[in-house]
Amino acid sequence: MAKPILSIQDLSFLFPDGTQALDHIDLDVQPNGILVIFGPSRSGKTTLLRLLNRLSDQIEGAQHEGTITFHDRDIFARDVDVTRLRRQISMVFAVPTPLPGTIFDNMSYGLKMAGERDRDILEERIELGLRQAALWEEVKDRLDSSAFALSGGQKQRLCLARCLALKPEVILLDNPTSGLDPISTTIVEQSLSELKEQYTIIMVPHSVQQAARVADRAAFLLDGKLVEVGNRAEMFINPTDKQTEAYITGRFG
Amino acid sequence: MSPQRTEKIGKATAAMVTALVVIPIVLVIAFIVVNGIQALSWEFLSQPPSNGMTEGGIWPAILGTFLLTIGAAIAVLPLGIGAAIYLAEYAGDNWLTRTIHSAIINLAGIPSIVYGLFGLGAFVLFFNMGTSILAGALTLALMTLPIIISTAEEAILAVPQEFRTVSLSLGATHWQTVRHQVLPNALPGIITGVILGLARAAGETAPILFTVAAFYLPQLPKSVFDQTMALPYHLFVISTQVPGMPLQIQYGTALVLLIIVLFFVVIAAVMRSIMRRRREW
Repeated sequence: MAKPILSIQDLSFLFPDGTQALDHIDLDVQPNGILVIFGPSRSGKTTLLRLLNRLSDQIEGAQHEGTITFHDRDIFARDVDVTRLRRQISMVFAVPTPLPGTIFDNMSYGLKMAGERDRDILEERIELGLRQAALWEEVKDRLDSSAFALSGGQKQRLCLARCLALKPEVILLDNPTSGLDPISTTIVEQSLSELKEQYTIIMVPHSVQQAARVADRAAFLLDGKLVEVGNRAEMFINPTDKQTEAYITGRFG
Repeated sequence: MSPQRTEKIGKATAAMVTALVVIPIVLVIAFIVVNGIQALSWEFLSQPPSNGMTEGGIWPAILGTFLLTIGAAIAVLPLGIGAAIYLAEYAGDNWLTRTIHSAIINLAGIPSIVYGLFGLGAFVLFFNMGTSILAGALTLALMTLPIIISTAEEAILAVPQEFRTVSLSLGATHWQTVRHQVLPNALPGIITGVILGLARAAGETAPILFTVAAFYLPQLPKSVFDQTMALPYHLFVISTQVPGMPLQIQYGTALVLLIIVLFFVVIAAVMRSIMRRRREW
């Protein structure tokens, strides 16, 4: 097996009120492909995603134990540049959230914050991101119109494109199709299946069905514990763990 | 009683109470307008008082009020917004922050005459600015500071959390997030607070009483270290200190002060709605 790009070792996470969101997680993430992290609500999926690019830093008073390494470097080490880490491990949220401003503003935001001023480079990266997210043809003539004028599905692809413009290595997707209609969902899933050739995608799915559709590998979380991890066939056709089987066959959740 | 009946009574009571609040305000404004409108003329607005203030205009007082308000704005904007940013974005939830918060709330409730005395002690005497526009503007700034910090902080906290999260997730630093997402989106609220605070400053008498306001000055101020006349104090003077003052001039002065303050409030409302329309979320 290839060397993991991300490696999670003995990771626990406590919210400020003492709730244990993650309980001694061990998980290696191989480069490329889609790793799906699924499980019932409140099982710690989103918390795990947000730890991977340290958005969890925002939760004042929360504690974590264990380590996460990205290319063998501890992401919580003191000398880590968090802004760079977040450009390398980029995130799309459940609710499509354009920033106020134009489509161009949204697409260029991350690059500009990183100090990129060259208009040609900005435009090139914006086109790249929008093409990869299958949005270019729909918006190329109106980059200067408000991002809020887009439809729900377009907004979410904009959010994906916004990440891709940063040329990340890992893309975190937290239930990216939760508010989308089936057609938009299909478009997003198709983009993902192309993107996974170049990027490592870690995704919290909308449903077990979606997990089974898009996953190359899947990890089942329950009450903050990693119950089982395996490739798609193992997980969704022949899971070893009774709890996994019960969940994917719909007996609870 | 049936719910339908209590609904009717509740609605009628609320409407009556509203009328009770609104009617006196309208009456006061109408009274001042009716009595003061004849005094308004170009001469009244552009000339200094003459003949023991019983004739002529009020231009020095109008100018003084504008100078003091602008001076207060220059002093209070960076301080107020800076403090609001710190409190809303950077200060942790601890005893120090809570102490600062309750201090600000208490400061907003301090009578304006106390600010006036503080201004006299601190700016006029201790910092040796003398009774001057500088000392008066700083005293007014100090008085509006708590209002501006509170409203600016509220405006900053009202910016949706998602914008911050998204900005950070795209690799922006905390300060970049504040600068490029939080402040632009909080600006309509901040500006409203600032203008309403300044409107109050423009109409206050007590803080300028000992720090800057002159009873009567033959010439206009030449620098920030000069005294100036100001509308609220001038109104106080001509209403109580000058015998044989024509009523018309008193009401005319009150009307001008009222118009200036309303002018600020209208500007606040217009700017708010323009910026709201520009930034839709």
